Amino acid sequence: MNYDRILIRYGEISTKGRNRSKFVEKLRRSIRRSLVDFPNAFVEATRDRMYVVLNGENGESIIERLKGIFGIQSFSPAVKTSKDLDEMKEAALALFTKVHNEGETFKITARRSDKSFPLDTNELNHAFGSHLLKNIPNLKVNVKNPDINLQVEVREEATYLSCENISGTGGLPVGSSGKAMLMLSGGIDSPVAGYLSMKRGLEVEAVHFFSPPFTSERSKEKVVELAKKLAHYNGGYFTLHVVPFTKIQQLIQKQVPENYTMTTTRRFMLKITDALRQKHEGLAIITGESLGQVASQTLESMFAINAVTSTPVLRPCITMDKTEIIDISKQIDTHDISILPYEDCCTVFVPAAPKTKPKKEKVEFYESFVDFDELVEEAVRNTETIQIRPDKKEQDEFADLF
Amino acid sequence: MIYFDNSATTKPYKEVIDSFVKVSTDYFGNPSSLHGIGGQAEKLLSQARHQVAQLLKVRAGEVYFTSGGTESNNLAIKGTALMYRNRGRHIITTSVEHASVKETMNQLSDLGFRITYLPVDQSGRISLLDLENAICHDTILVSIIHVNNEIGTIQPIEEIGKLLKEYPKILFHVDHVQGIGKVPLDFFQCRLDFCSISGHKFHGVKGTGVLYIREGVTISPLFSGGNQEWKQRSGTENVAGMVALAKALRMTMEQSENKLSDMATIKNFLIKELNSIEQIVLNTPEEHSAPHIINFSIRGVRGEVFVHALEEFGVYVSTTSACSSKKQAVSHTLLAMNVPKDLAEGSIRISLSFENTLEEATKVVNALKMAVQKLSEVLK
Repeated sequence: MNYDRILIRYGEISTKGRNRSKFVEKLRRSIRRSLVDFPNAFVEATRDRMYVVLNGENGESIIERLKGIFGIQSFSPAVKTSKDLDEMKEAALALFTKVHNEGETFKITARRSDKSFPLDTNELNHAFGSHLLKNIPNLKVNVKNPDINLQVEVREEATYLSCENISGTGGLPVGSSGKAMLMLSGGIDSPVAGYLSMKRGLEVEAVHFFSPPFTSERSKEKVVELAKKLAHYNGGYFTLHVVPFTKIQQLIQKQVPENYTMTTTRRFMLKITDALRQKHEGLAIITGESLGQVASQTLESMFAINAVTSTPVLRPCITMDKTEIIDISKQIDTHDISILPYEDCCTVFVPAAPKTKPKKEKVEFYESFVDFDELVEEAVRNTETIQIRPDKKEQDEFADLF
Repeated sequence: MIYFDNSATTKPYKEVIDSFVKVSTDYFGNPSSLHGIGGQAEKLLSQARHQVAQLLKVRAGEVYFTSGGTESNNLAIKGTALMYRNRGRHIITTSVEHASVKETMNQLSDLGFRITYLPVDQSGRISLLDLENAICHDTILVSIIHVNNEIGTIQPIEEIGKLLKEYPKILFHVDHVQGIGKVPLDFFQCRLDFCSISGHKFHGVKGTGVLYIREGVTISPLFSGGNQEWKQRSGTENVAGMVALAKALRMTMEQSENKLSDMATIKNFLIKELNSIEQIVLNTPEEHSAPHIINFSIRGVRGEVFVHALEEFGVYVSTTSACSSKKQAVSHTLLAMNVPKDLAEGSIRISLSFENTLEEATKVVNALKMAVQKLSEVLK
């Protein structure tokens, strides 16, 4: 007997109260979106469980996809049967023989959410256990540490059988926590920050600062590649805003004392990101900052930089060590892209000795001599928005060569 | 012309040559250059790498581009030997390897490594028991050919991989040059650490190859220089060649899905016909052999003579592996299988591609029959 569906258990969603159905709907949408190329499979959602009905599609590939979807605590390939006891037993035996190897032990975990079913949990355990023991020679029970745990769930509509429990990523369904703008530089930290935010249910749009000719087309392509990796966690969709930043950077170099240029640059980046956030109706800004990692990430620097906005700035990596961040970046496959050696907006114009303890008053004073506002508006106006979609064939220009 | 020598090399697909020419002409940049022309070349190279990875069902970071099967084999074996020589100096291989593995082993043997050559049975297969017995505390590498290039025998790679799972310190290399596209190989299931393939064996261009190196395995590079290919293989990348390889691999895999059964039909037809010729003895085993290679011997006729006799009919085959056929050496694979020397001297290899047809096979059989008759008259 083959699996015909995958049973999905919600993580934290199941602790939600009256808005639970919204979370469930978000999860259902993100699962459906990531399974678009399996047209026959469909999703059935109930209050506390969801099922992906395979309908002939490849279960293994779908399992791989499900592992990357936020909001799933665990899932099990399962078989649906009727609630006729004999039929249930036969189905259980067929499924069990398929996964069982000589010498492996087992246990039955029965659950009866349909309390009207004549057998209670213990009786179910007994009925299934004895049926298997009768039909498979030399089979042994081990309730503490079984090789196979056959789960039997008797529900209102039907009975579900499964032998495997696969862990999901956890978190909350993407989009269930609202929208935020991610400042995506091209380094190791910011994609990790983006990933962690998406994991907590945020819908993320990225903002990248592009300063041609100081930064090259290739550094922009690198950010697009990173965005594609993040899109992976959002069913293949992602929005990337590329802000033309050359003019502002040049003016900063001209206007502000060298050791304060970095602080001012970050302040304007934050200001522009905030303007974009407002335009695209987000409620927060995400950065990859990690406390004390570089001059701009000391508490003093963050205080002086953050002063330009009252929008919440989320810093998922703030307490992490670099090695921890690198581990996550490898896990989400952004590390190798991040370490490509192109100049980005943060590495050009780096002063020899940036202030690690800038004063807010001083930086405001230095900036007060020229009118940056118009340039900021211009940058926002000329921002290029790149939409990443799953159906868009990448790199079409070379398609005929391959 | 009927070309039945596809294990020596294949004719590149026209589409592959078109890509090669276009990339060489329009995207000639060095992938390491910072400017846009370099950027395009790098993009092409990376796209080629991703396509190859996808087709082989591995990660892009595990695909290393080389100049071909010989280099891939040398890099895997010598790279491991150099890297882990302090861990151990024992390597296990078989007595039926391609020259690029065999000679590499000889060279390492001169440098003080102990090499165990596993014997084969009459069908050319090694035994798992022999392998298990050969493993020592200081074994660092097992290198085994998947499909033998001379007679087409398939080694039990999956079972070997399963056995080697018990020995996590031993690296496992498979020479998959003849098997790619013809005999499926699941790199993960087989617990491979290295796998060699070569572009010109599946209608790519010469001078292109891939070495799969499993993520987490480090070896010592053989070429030092500009640190290309994650420092494992310096030298400006052959972008056009690798795009061609990626395309050829895609086309081969597509063909493989539809045409493998046709190939098997042609092979079975040839075997049936060959068996009906009295002077011919088949060397290719019935079981565990690849669908594209048939090796046989003609009593009393040297292989080389027969190759030329067939050439007169416009049929192209070879004596043994192309790499050793000019040395007039007797096939070491056949000798390892205990085929008598006089028969081994008369061995002929037919090797098919997906382009070959049953019609061609019929013509070849007729040519074979005529050539055998002609030669037996002369010899009598």
